[in-house]
Amino acid sequence: MRRIQVLVCSGTACQSSGSERVKRALLEATAAHDLLPEVQFVETGCMGPCELGPVLLVYPEGTFYVRVRPEDAPEIVEEHFLKGRPVKRLLWAGAAPKPQEIPFFARQKKVVLANCGVIDPERIEEYIALGGYEALGRALTGMRPEDVIEAVKRSGLRGRGGAGFPTGKKWELVRAGGPPPRYVVCNADEGDPGAFMDRAVLEGDPHAVLEGMAIAAYAVGAGQGFVYVRAEYPLAIRRLEVALAQARKLGVLGPGIFDTDFSFDVQIRIGAGAFVCGEETALIASIEGRRGEPRPRPPYPATSGLWGRPTLINNVETFANVRHILLGGPEAFASVGTEKSKGTKVFALAGNVRNTGLVEVPMGITLRELVFEIGGGVPEGREFKAVQIGGPSGGCLPASLLDVPVDYDSLTQHGAIMGSGGLIVLDSSTCMVNMARFFLEFTADESCGKCVPCRVGTQMMLGILDRIVKGEGTPEDLPRLEEIGAAMKATALCGLGQTAPNPVLSTLRYFRDEYEAHIARRSCPAGVCPNLVRYVVEPELCRSCDACRRACPTGAAQGAPRQGPYRIVDELCIRCGACFDACPFGAVRKLPREEAR
Amino acid sequence: MTKEAVLARYPPAPEALLALLHDLQGTNPGQYLLPEDLELAARHVGLPLSRVRDAVTFYSMFSLRPRGRHIVRLCVSPHCHVAGAWSALDELRRALGVDVGETTPDGLFTLEFTSCLGACGVAPAMMVDDEVVGNLTPEKVRAAIARYREGR
Ligand SMILES: Cc1cc2nc3c(=O)[nH]c(=O)nc-3n(C[C@H](O)[C@H](O)[C@H](O)COP(=O)(O)O)c2cc1C
Ligand code: FES
Repeated sequence: MRRIQVLVCSGTACQSSGSERVKRALLEATAAHDLLPEVQFVETGCMGPCELGPVLLVYPEGTFYVRVRPEDAPEIVEEHFLKGRPVKRLLWAGAAPKPQEIPFFARQKKVVLANCGVIDPERIEEYIALGGYEALGRALTGMRPEDVIEAVKRSGLRGRGGAGFPTGKKWELVRAGGPPPRYVVCNADEGDPGAFMDRAVLEGDPHAVLEGMAIAAYAVGAGQGFVYVRAEYPLAIRRLEVALAQARKLGVLGPGIFDTDFSFDVQIRIGAGAFVCGEETALIASIEGRRGEPRPRPPYPATSGLWGRPTLINNVETFANVRHILLGGPEAFASVGTEKSKGTKVFALAGNVRNTGLVEVPMGITLRELVFEIGGGVPEGREFKAVQIGGPSGGCLPASLLDVPVDYDSLTQHGAIMGSGGLIVLDSSTCMVNMARFFLEFTADESCGKCVPCRVGTQMMLGILDRIVKGEGTPEDLPRLEEIGAAMKATALCGLGQTAPNPVLSTLRYFRDEYEAHIARRSCPAGVCPNLVRYVVEPELCRSCDACRRACPTGAAQGAPRQGPYRIVDELCIRCGACFDACPFGAVRKLPREEAR
Repeated sequence: MTKEAVLARYPPAPEALLALLHDLQGTNPGQYLLPEDLELAARHVGLPLSRVRDAVTFYSMFSLRPRGRHIVRLCVSPHCHVAGAWSALDELRRALGVDVGETTPDGLFTLEFTSCLGACGVAPAMMVDDEVVGNLTPEKVRAAIARYREGR
């Protein structure tokens, strides 16, 4: 063990902000001081606070550095590695040096992400050193498949891919689903915008997923597995390939694992850019080489999946949980969480919140703790408005529901869903109608077109919302939206169409007054929808530079150079926003319109 | 890689189709599928040509028209949208001189939209070939394009 260990985050986000160059600079500076024999560099997966990247952790003391640039390397080496004095200006908020003392980390509970940001994902030895493949060994040598299923059932684990189906029960159904061959599929399509936990797990701890799949294969009696990954995740694909090769070489995958007669291998399948392929029946069609369109269920994949055989489909995070159930025992696993939602959940925290990134929390934590204690609340001068949970199939919860516990059933009851774990914090500058429209545009775009309720329903709802944000809505539009939404929920073929109305329905439920303002007063209270705002010049900020007058196509922006503040005549304004874009001083402001035209 | 070498990598079975098409697309400088590629694929995996065409038109990552050497994919999902993907788009249009779905006359770049890249921590983000470029500002957009123009 060398004197100093430097963990350099090599997650996608940190790579994109230059972690590779930082590492090289650190290596050079370390070499320049002849310290190479004393310092070990490890490239890890995502550490969580991606926005602050590149980030690194220096052990033994565990100093956490953020926003490190290559130019900082000499100082880190001289001050910290050589003299043992942490570089203060690179600490998070210049505050506590250790992750445990930073609220963002302190309130989390890392199970699935325990190895992410700690081990080098491209070295199976590091995974094994932290107990990797031990759970598989225990299952194969000391448990019958039925015992494994029983343990997973007792743990209370539910699927992390969206619907929350009990995992042990699913395994049992697959085992009883018909004669072999049976298959195990890992769903790594992660299409929900705003969700990137599966990517982080695959990039940071790929063996945990493979081990979970192998345990599942033993339990359900499968010999072949597939990981279906989206093509947009090249780094995850590469790390999976490396992991697979290493696992085969060590014999934890392949024929006769751990000298038993159990054989299991995994192939990678790469998606080709279609959101609906995350739906399990569409995913099966895609692996088989067909158009990725869903089909009606039943039959469920448990009895008729890949090539008509019994097939187990679980999400990345679901598989990554499995080994912890066997290692710590199902009771320990079930001791975290709520009565019906056990264990932890990884969320991708984003939006108008101080700390963004990937966080793992025990189920049942309140939204308030998640947003304000871990997320650090909304930035100064803004006001919290809502959280959007579950992406395009989820919903918005207002401030009055901040004390709702985050678990499958409570979220569903209030009109949102756990979904894959995307969580966007919204502040007073967000227009809820516009946001709902945005998600609906996404699902309308991604609808595969096979069933009428989804194909036509999303277009109809989008048409209505388009009119509302332009100020052309009518009072009948709101009940109409609810009616179409209810019909889609009841009759669409797959989860995409059944959940597509959620963003609209939940905002109608909690922010109806905003819709009404758009319709009755033709005013966007958040000052976002271009047709429904008025443009005003802030006199103190205006330098009478004439830019707005020159940009304005209708002569609404009026004034003369150096003759005092300009003004915008609302009657002449066509709300094109040209003055807003043109002003170099940010003096043109958008405000909600006050009265009807 | 030659087309024969690509074909040899895959078993003659329908389930190899998507991976095969990905690789065949990569053998053409314009990163697209020629009519003869579809025929090759159909024959290799033993499917009617109509089934192959059906799959190709369903998935957004396959193209039947020639594209540039580098594909620039700008994420327009909600996070990136809110974080300012549109001003990045303006800059991309300016830097490349083409609109979304078009290829630069020198055949170097094609500009496309993509759904979420899972790089929301550094929104707004784009992907140039396999590289994610995040926290896009007009300067970062220009720098990335310049880097690829000069051959990295
Ligand atoms: C439109 C649509 C997209 C989906 N996308 C994903 C996805 O990206 N990843 C995922 O794990 N599950 C996704 N699902 C859910 C899967 O159909 C399936 O329920 C899940 O993979 C089962 O795994 P679990 O039981 O471990 O959650 C999606 C469902 C629908 C309807
Ligand atoms: S990628 Fe480095 S912190 Fe997320």
